[in-house]
Amino acid sequence: MIDQFPALQIMVTLVAAPICVMIRNPRWSWVCAMVANTFAFLVSLVLLDKVLDDGVIRYAVGGWAAPSGIEYYIDAMNAAVLVLVSGISAVVLLYAYRSVAKSVPAEKHYLFYTAWMMCVTGLLGIVITGDAFNVFVFLEISSLSMYTLISFGQDRRALTASFRYLVLGSVGASFILIGIGFLYAATGTLNMSDLAVRIPESESQRAVLVAFSFLTMGVLIKSAVFPLHAWLPNAYTHAPVAVTAFLAGTATKVSLYVLLRFFFSVFGKDYSFGQHLLNGVLLPAAVAGFVLMSLVAIFQNDLRRMLAYSSVAQVGYIVAGFSLATQSGLTAGIVHVVNHGMVKACLFMAVGCILYRVGHVHTPSLDNLLKRMPFTCVAFIISGLGLIGVPLTVGFVSKFTLIQASLEKGWWAIAALVLLSSLMAIVYVGRVIEIMVFRRSRETGPESSGMSEAPLSMLIPLYVLVGVSLYFGINGSATLEVAGQAATYLLGGLQ
Amino acid sequence: MSQLIGLYSYWIVIVLMMAGLYIMIARYNLVKKIIGLSLFQTSIFYLYITMSKIEGGTAPILVEDADYVYSNPLPHVLILTAIVVGVATSAVALALIVRIYESYGTIEEDELKAIEAAEPDA
Repeated sequence: MIDQFPALQIMVTLVAAPICVMIRNPRWSWVCAMVANTFAFLVSLVLLDKVLDDGVIRYAVGGWAAPSGIEYYIDAMNAAVLVLVSGISAVVLLYAYRSVAKSVPAEKHYLFYTAWMMCVTGLLGIVITGDAFNVFVFLEISSLSMYTLISFGQDRRALTASFRYLVLGSVGASFILIGIGFLYAATGTLNMSDLAVRIPESESQRAVLVAFSFLTMGVLIKSAVFPLHAWLPNAYTHAPVAVTAFLAGTATKVSLYVLLRFFFSVFGKDYSFGQHLLNGVLLPAAVAGFVLMSLVAIFQNDLRRMLAYSSVAQVGYIVAGFSLATQSGLTAGIVHVVNHGMVKACLFMAVGCILYRVGHVHTPSLDNLLKRMPFTCVAFIISGLGLIGVPLTVGFVSKFTLIQASLEKGWWAIAALVLLSSLMAIVYVGRVIEIMVFRRSRETGPESSGMSEAPLSMLIPLYVLVGVSLYFGINGSATLEVAGQAATYLLGGLQ
Repeated sequence: MSQLIGLYSYWIVIVLMMAGLYIMIARYNLVKKIIGLSLFQTSIFYLYITMSKIEGGTAPILVEDADYVYSNPLPHVLILTAIVVGVATSAVALALIVRIYESYGTIEEDELKAIEAAEPDA
């Protein structure tokens, strides 16, 4: 049984999707999705435990052995990402039931949960697979269902946001497809561990370089690295807020995982960062991203749009960590993938609670919200502090590691810019907190004085995730240890 | 010169790919954008099929003959999958376009932008 867990990891949610279509009833299709997702989460926990104890797991799909068949390859890195994706999806799905009930017509619910299940399947598949072409297939499964999920938004602008994401996302995925094609032409294999061996030996190094460029561009579009982030702010702003919480916590993180996998495991650290232009491109883009996007976030009046820009900025921190290409830099990047995934999901869930009761999230009109929705506001403030990187929160753990890593390499300017951008985060998060907590309500009608908290079925998942992120903030060594082990694997290449 | 002519398949790939990208960037009509996207994806299919072909190769069938020359079947199989993905992408995109037309009354990008700019945030 336990040998088949890598297959079960994606099969359960994949099978749940058509079952949801057949059920059609909103409540029961949600139950079906919830059960499947919880099971996927448990499976990923077992896999992580097993990987940390016994090392790499390899699973031949359908019994076809590795180089010719498709192989699932699990090490500390993707086991951690599997837990993150399935965990956040499970928590947000629990939360989604009430949130979606209000914003999506009831007769479409089963389709919503179907698309959700397909999306989770795609994301988990990208992470678990050890086959380059399989990455593309799962990427398209997740992307197509993501476009669908975004278009469920109430505002009609969700449709155009989804369309723009579709065009850009398809171009990105096509670039990845071209890159994989060139890799196959140059090496004659699609298996990642096999590719890692054969790339240095390949006679056509120029084809490998072309493959490298196309793959890098494609993945950078998908992970919304500045300046290729144009699709993200509108998609996050207009999608149903539960979808945004889910995507912000998982989708871009999974693309970043693909980036890591190709840079470090397939091409190898020396190829990716040794002789090529990447050093001159990736780090400046990442740094410009986190400075400029934090600046832009300050001027946003829509809470969701502000958090969306902040997401682009946080992706900048992660990529900056990766492009240091050292043990500590990678550790910082990987830890921030997990930590930011949790924090952003919390923030968007809190925003969803506000949206549920207040009906809008126009920041200047949220005055004195603390009186009306104390629990939501407290969760928002805790996560907001995590976003800034206040000590004892997860944000502090990852930013501290990142600054340490850049100082270790002697790049103190990067460390200074990280601090500068954190100051901007204090401004944009602080502004919201100031309005929520201290600003007096302008209209003192009877309705605004009473407490109208979001339903418990939304608050409980929110607080579960806030609690988990607090735990990992106080006990930072837990995630750092896993991330450190993952970084060692990545720098050492595939075994 | 022989390289130019001998590699004509790859030239077709490049021309198709650039035409597709250009249409996506230059045309404001959403349906035309999707036509460009399809063209772009088709050029990639062509690239895969081209590289699997070798001179004198035929269909890959298991025979006793040791000198049997056949084309690499793997890229064909991969592209079958990619074609399905391409069709699904077009379907989702066209469905979105229908819904955009229903709610905005236009599918011209510049007009959509003008309408959206007039709508308040949040």
